[in-house]
Amino acid sequence: MAQNSLARRGELNGWLFVAPALILLGLFMIYPILWSLWMSFQVGRGMNWSFGGFANIMRLAQDPVFLRALTNTLVFLAIQVPIMLILALLFANALNDSKLWGRALFRTAIFLPCVTSLVAYSVIFRSMFGQDGVINQMLLALHIISNPIPWLADPFWAKVVIISAITWRWTGYNMIFYLAAMQNIDRSIYEAARIDGVPAWARFWHITVPMLKPVILFTTVISTIGTLQLFDEPNLITSGGAPSDSTLTLSLYIYNLSFKFMPSFGYAATVSYVIVVLVGIISFLQFLAARDRRA
Amino acid sequence: MTPLARLGRAATYAGLILASFISVFPFFWMVVGATNTSAELLKGKTSPGGALWTNIANFWAFADMPRILFNSFFIAAVGTLLTLLVSSLAGYAFEIFRSRFRERLFALLLLMLSVPFAALMIPLFIMMANFKLINTYQAIILPGVASIFIIFYFRQATKAFPHELRDAARIDGLKEWQIFLHVYMPVMRSTYAAATIIVFMANWNNYLWPLIVLQTNDMKTITLTVATLISAYTPDWGVVMVGATVATLPTLVIFFLLQRRFVEGMLGAVK
Repeated sequence: MAQNSLARRGELNGWLFVAPALILLGLFMIYPILWSLWMSFQVGRGMNWSFGGFANIMRLAQDPVFLRALTNTLVFLAIQVPIMLILALLFANALNDSKLWGRALFRTAIFLPCVTSLVAYSVIFRSMFGQDGVINQMLLALHIISNPIPWLADPFWAKVVIISAITWRWTGYNMIFYLAAMQNIDRSIYEAARIDGVPAWARFWHITVPMLKPVILFTTVISTIGTLQLFDEPNLITSGGAPSDSTLTLSLYIYNLSFKFMPSFGYAATVSYVIVVLVGIISFLQFLAARDRRA
Repeated sequence: MTPLARLGRAATYAGLILASFISVFPFFWMVVGATNTSAELLKGKTSPGGALWTNIANFWAFADMPRILFNSFFIAAVGTLLTLLVSSLAGYAFEIFRSRFRERLFALLLLMLSVPFAALMIPLFIMMANFKLINTYQAIILPGVASIFIIFYFRQATKAFPHELRDAARIDGLKEWQIFLHVYMPVMRSTYAAATIIVFMANWNNYLWPLIVLQTNDMKTITLTVATLISAYTPDWGVVMVGATVATLPTLVIFFLLQRRFVEGMLGAVK
């Protein structure tokens, strides 16, 4: 009897404690996400809507700007995420060596970009990549290039700048996750391998990488979700997706559809659900991989 | 050491030095840039110049800076306080109290963790317009207060909160909210410190949502002001660099003062 009332008291208190969070999440997350699903079936401009069925989805397939934004986003994803994660893994591996001189200094330096705001680092990058800018000056001085590269004016190089920028900002962040995980690996495994004469690269490939699989999976998913929502960098570094939409991303397109000129909220909501579906697919794949691991 | 191992060692150092240089250079560029004129900056000048005071004066004159800095600090501080209160309360309760729906509800929250902001921003904007909250602090702060990430973070951390403390407090007759306030919060202060850093930084650096909701110059944050500076037809880059320095300074200071907590906060819920 006493046990029962204590349990009820616990349950009531539990609900009271989570109530503020649940009410706010309902209001600012569940309600909006359902509303934008409903909205994605509406057509019209401004506040004049009517039910359009699948009209918006049909429009996606014929909208060259959407297709370009989708392609750009996927290109950023496919190139940037692997480069960044491999670099992070290599740096973490180098810094995990306790005999390395200046470890703390290197670690702090490589982590430092994570401290900047996306806006601040974006404007800094934009100022470095001008035609006569500091990056071209340095590359010319080192004889790596013989003519200045039109970084922000050329569709290909503009993509390179965006990819370099994101890699600069987030490599140290991922490295920290790997370092933390590496510190949990039992030292004696490495000692045994060393005594057996296993070379350093093989120890990295056959011990470190397999042991880090869960963290690598986790960082892949968060980086992928982050890149799918890319907005600040192309809005600021390449002034809203220039040149000729070569760095336009899905988030940027949604923003343009909603808040520039006459808003098409319905169609913008449809585009936003493309991101929802992509994120959903990736989360589902992660779920499958995590389940396999446990089995 | 074999010659091959020695070569590998050298390559490691070379790689780390290059990576460190690339990581730190933009900071150096930002600070040096703040002392140069726009024309010098665009030509790639990497030595300090004499334009610092002019740039600071122009930055100060661009907008009502005390007001802008107040906006940023106010939004970040109040946002952090409310987020920690509401989300740590929920994270604590998820771990401590049992209920039939607990795990299912928590799984639902984790599922929502990956809802992209792009899919929320249009309805949120219309909601805020209907509530007549466009261009207010509330509109910026409220949507972030219940943070699933922070709820998750506190649930994980609560697993390490000693049972005996709570039992003893119950025997002493403390009410549940008193236990949370007077026992849990003081004991978990290092968790709160780490969470404060990440939430404060996220609020301070937020760009897209303030860009949509804040519309007049007197309501803008420092982050938005820096973004506004470069949207001019010919931006004054020296002034932009002063702005970027001001926007980066608080998070940089927090990082150097509380480096370990900072990293703990980032690793957060994963442990």
